[in-house]
Amino acid sequence: MTAVTEKATSPRLLSAEMPSGRTTGWWGMILFVTTEATVFAAMLGSYFYVRFQSGPQWPPPPLEDPKLMKVIIMTAVLLPSSVPVMWAERGIRKGQRWRLRAGLAITLVLGLSFLGLQAWEYSEDLKKHTLTTDAYSSLFYSITSLHGFHVAVGLLMVGWLLAASLRGSFGYRRHERVRLTAIYWHFVDVVWVAIFISLYLSPRL
Amino acid sequence: MSVETEEQARSISRGEAEAELEKEWGERPSLRSWFSTVDHKRIGRRYMVTAGIFFILAGTDAMILRTQLARPNATVLSPEAYDQLFTMHGTAMIFLFSTPMFFGFGNFLVPLLIGARDMAFPRLNAFGYWVFAFSGIVMFASQMVGRAPDGGWFGYVPLTDTPYSSGINLDVYSLGLLFLGVSTTAGAINFIVTTVKMRAPGMSLNRVPLFVWAIVGTSFMVIFALPALNVANVMLFLDRRFGAHFFDPAHGGSTLLWQHLFWIFGHPDVYIIVMPALGIVSAVLPAFCRRGVVAYPLMVLAIVTISIISFGVWVHHMFATGLPQLSYSFFSAASTLITIPSGIQIFAWLFTMLRGRIVVRTPFLFVVGFIVTFVLGGFTGVMFAITAFDQQVTDSYFVVAHFHYVLFGGAVFPMIAGIYYWLPKFTGRMYAEKLSRWAFWLVFIGFNTTFMPMHVSGLLGMPRRIYTYPGDLGWDLWNFISTVGAYILAVGLLLVLIGVLHAIRRGRPAPDDPWGGDTLEWATTSPPRPYNFVTVPKVHSVHPMWDERTTAALATDPPLPDHQAMTTSELDGREEGAVEMPEESLLPLVTALGILVVVLGVLWGWYWFAGAGALLIFGTVARWMWPPERSPEEAGVAS
Amino acid sequence: MGQSHPRQRPWRLSIVLLSLLLAGCARQQQSTLHASGAGAQRIEGLWWLLFWISMAVFAEVMLILGWALWRRRRATARIKGGDAIGAITVLGVAVPLVILVAAYGLGLRDLNALAAPGQKPDVTVEVIGHQWWWEIHYPDSAGAVTANEMHIPVGEPVRVRLRTADVQHSFWVPQLMPKTDLIAGKVNETWLQTDRAGTYRAQCAEYCGKQHAFMALRVVAEPRTAFDAWVASTAQPATGTLTAAQQRGRQVFEQSSCASCHTIRGTSAVGEVGPDLTTIGSRWSIGAGAAPNDAGHLGGWIVNSQTIKPGNAMPPQPVAAQDLQDLLSYLQSLK
Repeated sequence: MTAVTEKATSPRLLSAEMPSGRTTGWWGMILFVTTEATVFAAMLGSYFYVRFQSGPQWPPPPLEDPKLMKVIIMTAVLLPSSVPVMWAERGIRKGQRWRLRAGLAITLVLGLSFLGLQAWEYSEDLKKHTLTTDAYSSLFYSITSLHGFHVAVGLLMVGWLLAASLRGSFGYRRHERVRLTAIYWHFVDVVWVAIFISLYLSPRL
Repeated sequence: MSVETEEQARSISRGEAEAELEKEWGERPSLRSWFSTVDHKRIGRRYMVTAGIFFILAGTDAMILRTQLARPNATVLSPEAYDQLFTMHGTAMIFLFSTPMFFGFGNFLVPLLIGARDMAFPRLNAFGYWVFAFSGIVMFASQMVGRAPDGGWFGYVPLTDTPYSSGINLDVYSLGLLFLGVSTTAGAINFIVTTVKMRAPGMSLNRVPLFVWAIVGTSFMVIFALPALNVANVMLFLDRRFGAHFFDPAHGGSTLLWQHLFWIFGHPDVYIIVMPALGIVSAVLPAFCRRGVVAYPLMVLAIVTISIISFGVWVHHMFATGLPQLSYSFFSAASTLITIPSGIQIFAWLFTMLRGRIVVRTPFLFVVGFIVTFVLGGFTGVMFAITAFDQQVTDSYFVVAHFHYVLFGGAVFPMIAGIYYWLPKFTGRMYAEKLSRWAFWLVFIGFNTTFMPMHVSGLLGMPRRIYTYPGDLGWDLWNFISTVGAYILAVGLLLVLIGVLHAIRRGRPAPDDPWGGDTLEWATTSPPRPYNFVTVPKVHSVHPMWDERTTAALATDPPLPDHQAMTTSELDGREEGAVEMPEESLLPLVTALGILVVVLGVLWGWYWFAGAGALLIFGTVARWMWPPERSPEEAGVAS
Repeated sequence: MGQSHPRQRPWRLSIVLLSLLLAGCARQQQSTLHASGAGAQRIEGLWWLLFWISMAVFAEVMLILGWALWRRRRATARIKGGDAIGAITVLGVAVPLVILVAAYGLGLRDLNALAAPGQKPDVTVEVIGHQWWWEIHYPDSAGAVTANEMHIPVGEPVRVRLRTADVQHSFWVPQLMPKTDLIAGKVNETWLQTDRAGTYRAQCAEYCGKQHAFMALRVVAEPRTAFDAWVASTAQPATGTLTAAQQRGRQVFEQSSCASCHTIRGTSAVGEVGPDLTTIGSRWSIGAGAAPNDAGHLGGWIVNSQTIKPGNAMPPQPVAAQDLQDLLSYLQSLK
């Protein structure tokens, strides 16, 4: 154990593990998020393609425009959830572990509330239409649930990070995983904005 | 590198340093290490062998198809069997052979060419291999039980949708390709990050070998193109299994949506397949022309341009679908223009030969064979860019001839050139020159005898994908010649295989640099040690091995100790520092098995089983990424 | 479009020679190189132009390659410099650009020519693709419907309206006109025009399942009067006088499962699954090119079509021997 600690804390290794510039992990996460964003772009592209192929009424009757009330609350819950992540990341860069833990916990609560609201929203939507009603519904449910899945994955990452931070693995020297998780969470957030505009606002235009 | 490292290095001799590195990097041969290895060279070889096996399987499919088509009204195959065979032939050649084979080349070669010790993410690399192997096994297993996909490799709806396709066949297609997509995406990200961050100091972007440029261009195309295919396949699966209506016009869906999504992926995919092959040509030529490829900046420009324009040409696969004329003229123009960057590369290679001193060896012969066939495929490619002509010959044997000239001529010829060229690095042995020349001539003659007549049968009106044809349409002679050619080609390819096996068992041990090559892989031993390079190479030009500064430094520079690799800055390759590289691990294999469980569970409708797989994935990944326990001082905690 | 395409004249000799070589032994024609229609003739000319351009560029490439290999210098030292960027820019960018722009321009001209015929078509044919046969309607007639056989008048354009009843198909008469797909949820249009009377074979060109190989169509071009007569007779219900055997055959047809899938206009058989059989006796084949239309094959088809065209929608019919004879005699009388 001492040998390991010694090896791990030797000045050479400390400098070796904190190279200057962007890390490979950062690039990996950026590229992953890029290809994921392309997935959503392809889904939303399909949505608009089907929309412009269909008749003048969108969503196709007898369906009505999606209700905005709950979705606005969902947006209001999810969008700000990026802030505590940023705050936590800034904190750990200064070595403030409490900020990391508190920030992640707040994000976790906000993200879970979003999923809860989405479940509530689904339970009402499903009374009107399901995946098998028509192409619009297929797109609506597949896009929103794909995003919900991403939120869930993001929450697993945040929860996992919280567990690791409670164990005390991070500090101002070591916090790359915090940085990468933050990138993913911001991405999940930004995608929601695109979905909100496309699926909920654009039919009203 | 810190002062301490340099002092250490000076104090111990080079031999000792090598022994030390061997201990750090070497993997004891054991069953466990076979499953847990993260060495990019072992993984690369594995990719190539696995893709080679899939090539043999898909090639056997083709031979059976050609046998059926040798004579009119033949009954070698039932229509069902024919449909499964041609679908699997195409799907496997595109997805399970070409791209994985080049990913194998890339895995083995990219770190060596850029002077790195491994890929940026060695474990992700191992994971990618297992996912590829499992997805290929799933897809070919479906063929063994007679339930293979039968909708053609581009699986057009409604034929592939309910109610026209029942059974599990097309579920294997959509899920198998999604499964494989995980591997391809992981590999592409890994290639880009490796190239961006792990290049040897001094290897600024204008000194990156063309093969590496090609792999990076390919990877970027994968990043942006594959999502469209994945989305299409998810929709297809939801349509088929859960009654969604993405592609059902009766419920507001659109069948053309599938075609758009598929070809937004599908056309870049042609370049995803061909571009690494063009990279191989650029890598092989310098050794046999005794000079670098001319016009390096134009070559790089060509690679970048192709990667971008390839996203703007997909509609030329849909010229007969009755879209507006205006969109046809746009996509026709883009499709015509994309031949220019390919033309630049062809002429650059020609001038490299013209201005070099040619040494004819088998890899060079295959490059010449490539130029002849690829140029012919390029001509028919331009013809297909011209909408009016495309409408006449698309979906006939003319297009079958065209894409075999592009894909076999453009990808398989360079691939074989690369196999012979790098065999010393892959295996540590040399191939037998005489046998390989027989192989070349048989492949070249066999290939042209197979596919040249298909231009004619296509012009004579023979549609593709018909399991038989009447004898009075003037097609029989051309089909018979094609079949004869296919058998010659098969013999030629068999000789390539025998040559490789012979080299592995009996071949002459290869020197480190048998060709006088220009890139850094020739600075390693044959085959390379697990750590590749004792010292980190210093690069001063685009041909580091022809540069005395680099070779001299390789012999005298202090070794980079421990399980470390160097990272450098993105653009100019400035040294940033060494990073600790991950050790071997079983986690990648277990994660891939988790995905396999999910895929099989979804395929058979055992959703609880899929759920168990998802839990396995989560548990494994959580462990994989779990940070090591660190003291507050080590992590850095504010007081 | 009676006059030949002006562009193809210089290549006339080569066309004649190569065409003879290419398809000399064929008894039926489905070749793009024996174009008879206005559209296909244009494309045939375009093909030979593109072919010769390609050959010229190919010769250039082979010359450079041959020169490089032939004058091979001895392998000694490595060569530096001589980047040939200028030469590559000329040969690899400038020259190809000129050729490509020209080819693109000519292609665009042909595309525009294909878009619509020279005059407004007078005749409309509706084609509905099925797995695996063609349903042919003449909407302007008094209900002329047939299958796998289309008649068109010579010397005037014919509008063809395309849709599919199931999966995607593609309508391709190589000698007359390039392809247009039949797409679910969409109606596509193309046109045919030829000055040469004759029969032209066509075949589905988009993979559509098991029997994609046997989804053939025959286009018969004939003078306007003959065409009009054919449409009028095809529009007629089957009301001819029948012999006793044929009468019994008709009863068999009406009372057995035949009538649940097939229509014979003028009888009680109004099924809509399979082809309309009102004129079955005059058609060139059965099963869309799967077998010739004679008593033997037709009988075999009725008893078990799955042996002739596996996978087609018609199940085997257990018909008694005498009934089958009567049925065949009746069906063959339907002209």
